[in-house]
Amino acid sequence: MKLSPDEKLDVREVLKDLEHYRPRRRGWTWRTKIAHHEIGPFVLDDTSANLAHSVPLPSAHAFGNIDPQSDVVITTEIASGRFEDDLRRMRMAAWHGADHIMVIRTTGQSHIDGLIEGTPEGVGGIPITRKQVRATRKALDAIEDEVGRPINFHSYVSGVAGPEIAVLFAEDGVNGAHQDPQYNVLYRGINMHRSFVDAAEAKRIMADAGILQLDGAHNANATAKEAWKVTPELLIQHAINTAYSNAVGMPAALIALSTVPPTAPPAPKMRLDLPYAVALRELFRGYRFRAQQNTRYIEADTREATVTHVLDTLISRLTSADIQSTITPDEGRNIPWHYNNVAGVNTARQTLMGLDGLMELLQLKPDGPLRQQAREITERAVLFLEEIVEQGGYYAAVAAGQFVDSGHFPERHGDGIVRDPDGGDGAGTVIARAADYGAPVCSHFGDNVYAPTVGKPCDGYGGCTLCDASKIQYIDELDVADNVARRLETPLAERAAGLLRPEVEKHGDGVVCVTLFVPASPSVAEAAALEMAKHMGLKDPEVISRRLMHPAEGSLFEIKGVLDFAIQIAELPLPARVAPLAESEIEAWVRPRNIHVVAATVGEDEHSVGLHEILDIKHGGIEKYGFHCHDLGTSVPIERLLDVAQQTGARAILISTIVTHARVHEEHMRRLHALAQERGVRERPVLVAGGTQVTDELARACGMDAGFGRGTSGRDVASFLVRTWREREEW
Amino acid sequence: MSCVERPDDFESRRARLRALSDEDLRARFWELAKRIVAPLIAEARTHTTPSIERSVLLRMGFSSLESKALVARMHERQLLGHGAGRLVLELARRKSLTVRVAGIALLEGRYWDEIGR
Repeated sequence: MKLSPDEKLDVREVLKDLEHYRPRRRGWTWRTKIAHHEIGPFVLDDTSANLAHSVPLPSAHAFGNIDPQSDVVITTEIASGRFEDDLRRMRMAAWHGADHIMVIRTTGQSHIDGLIEGTPEGVGGIPITRKQVRATRKALDAIEDEVGRPINFHSYVSGVAGPEIAVLFAEDGVNGAHQDPQYNVLYRGINMHRSFVDAAEAKRIMADAGILQLDGAHNANATAKEAWKVTPELLIQHAINTAYSNAVGMPAALIALSTVPPTAPPAPKMRLDLPYAVALRELFRGYRFRAQQNTRYIEADTREATVTHVLDTLISRLTSADIQSTITPDEGRNIPWHYNNVAGVNTARQTLMGLDGLMELLQLKPDGPLRQQAREITERAVLFLEEIVEQGGYYAAVAAGQFVDSGHFPERHGDGIVRDPDGGDGAGTVIARAADYGAPVCSHFGDNVYAPTVGKPCDGYGGCTLCDASKIQYIDELDVADNVARRLETPLAERAAGLLRPEVEKHGDGVVCVTLFVPASPSVAEAAALEMAKHMGLKDPEVISRRLMHPAEGSLFEIKGVLDFAIQIAELPLPARVAPLAESEIEAWVRPRNIHVVAATVGEDEHSVGLHEILDIKHGGIEKYGFHCHDLGTSVPIERLLDVAQQTGARAILISTIVTHARVHEEHMRRLHALAQERGVRERPVLVAGGTQVTDELARACGMDAGFGRGTSGRDVASFLVRTWREREEW
Repeated sequence: MSCVERPDDFESRRARLRALSDEDLRARFWELAKRIVAPLIAEARTHTTPSIERSVLLRMGFSSLESKALVARMHERQLLGHGAGRLVLELARRKSLTVRVAGIALLEGRYWDEIGR
């Protein structure tokens, strides 16, 4: 399957022949660091290979459209409930720099005793099944070919079916997974004996398949009332899962600690979070770090979330991170929208590139409060471990409410999570192995009569599925009503009919978000904002963000609602795009004619970047065709442009109005037209306006001969000029 | 030993840790962590669960539905302590069947009185 950048991903193609799909590789892929990497006008130090296809950061237009990639893997978490829609989200995220796609499981899968099959729809994530894993991995194969970088696919090996899910992941090429029995115990109420016994088998399978393991300690951040006080315990949770994984035989290179800086401004974030990050990295040196951004304090304000996430990423650079995970800035207010996955990835990418080479310039102080606090956190953690031993071990400590207490250990508030070692989901299902116990398969942990001194445990019957994938039993669908084919009927019919709807999450959901400032007290303003949204034709409007500007002067609202109609693509008034002339044709026409052109950025505007790109030879501008360009600079009065045009005999005047307020750009265009008429020279020079707010239609309405907006090149402008002069039969 | 509520007495508790170098403190941390997981690992080494047994049958070439049904019936008969994979493999050997045919036969209700003895 091959993708083309100008064609949508075809889900039907993805679903074809999944029975025979085999993953192209197993295990995790890191980015390869490139230092002293020459990219455009810069030499960067903390980078990896450039992509074949990507969408650069917005400011890249000023730096030759470079798109440097950090040396750190970037994660996005995807959770719509329909994998067929998630695939498009993955593709968009990959174009923005994500190479670790973490697929969230549907609510409740932890408690399903066995594997799910087919493609049922999920809630807040997808039911992980073999068919969905294969379809996703197959689509990611094509997406990674398109962007030119391997993409890691990740999900969860937790709940009461961990060993089976680990087998599925090993067989079908999943690259990373969460596996931490403490998560089952503390947050899913699953029996602790069952969780740890299952975990040993699951970890063994993951280790042999090269699947990178993430632990679950970050969840204590997300649930603790005062997250900065649980830092000693976070070290304990990391340590228990890490020591347990080691004992099972998982190599350190596959053990990644999932760590979150615990606070957010206005808390003194650096002062609290940096010593913790340092203590963690020193205690766990030799392991990998998956730095997660903070979710604990995000509510509705996506800008606030973004700033916190920038600071989180700064901590990653000040310490270390192998993976920078991102949180969608809208996570606090809804199930993440796909464009917010892209926003989250861009927050990490923009911050990491901005911090390139930081640790060549700075170092953390080897003394003072940073060291003292790091030491204090470690001492508190050691005291915590000692108390677990005194309490009679891990199970007894959980039973005593030792974990997720909101006190700053050794302080205790008595509000920890208490679990009964003999209770919970799956209690009583742990069975002692008999003396003749055997499991004739690879990647099995523990006592086993088939553990051979030479060869493999599965040699006796020709090999297990981990050695011979043709033995894997593939089940396509079990539910005739709840499956991807049924769900695709409407989207495919609409696409065939040329219909388009807006969306944020699932195909054609129609959800849009409008931003309104209402100049009234909060309660009046909110009622008014909802009413306004209804008048815009939005169904079921709902305020998803409210931000007070001033108690009397007003509030800002973001309102989501459903725009319940589809656009017919065939009926759209698409402007006919004229193909530019060939470069050689332009030059052959222009150079012998010695054509002078006058150009300037007009009005009170000091921006000149756009005009340079149209004029300068070094930016690919029209000078290269042989035009004599007179660039008068910025903030130039209209009168002066006409004066110089008359002095030089210019055949065209180009004005740029890049940043404008209150439609000033329209005034400039009208004034140029009017003044040229006044002076009796409107017929001779061709008048052209450009700028981010300018369209051809608008410019012509304001008296110009043409207007050019965003994305215009010198060749477009030169083509227009040559065609106009030819039509006018001048020369 | 449950500590329902306790003030932050860190300053007095830390006194005996003060003398440890950072590296000694780190070593103490890992020594305790290993001590805590040792009994958990010992239990995993000598015990199994329905999910582990289903995962063994998956690896032997059975589907999720087949594995689930086989393990459920073995669990009812208190046979899982021998290992689901062993029960199927040894049956296949005794009857000169492939592993898969032996498992399907069990699903069809045959040979149950011959396994796990």
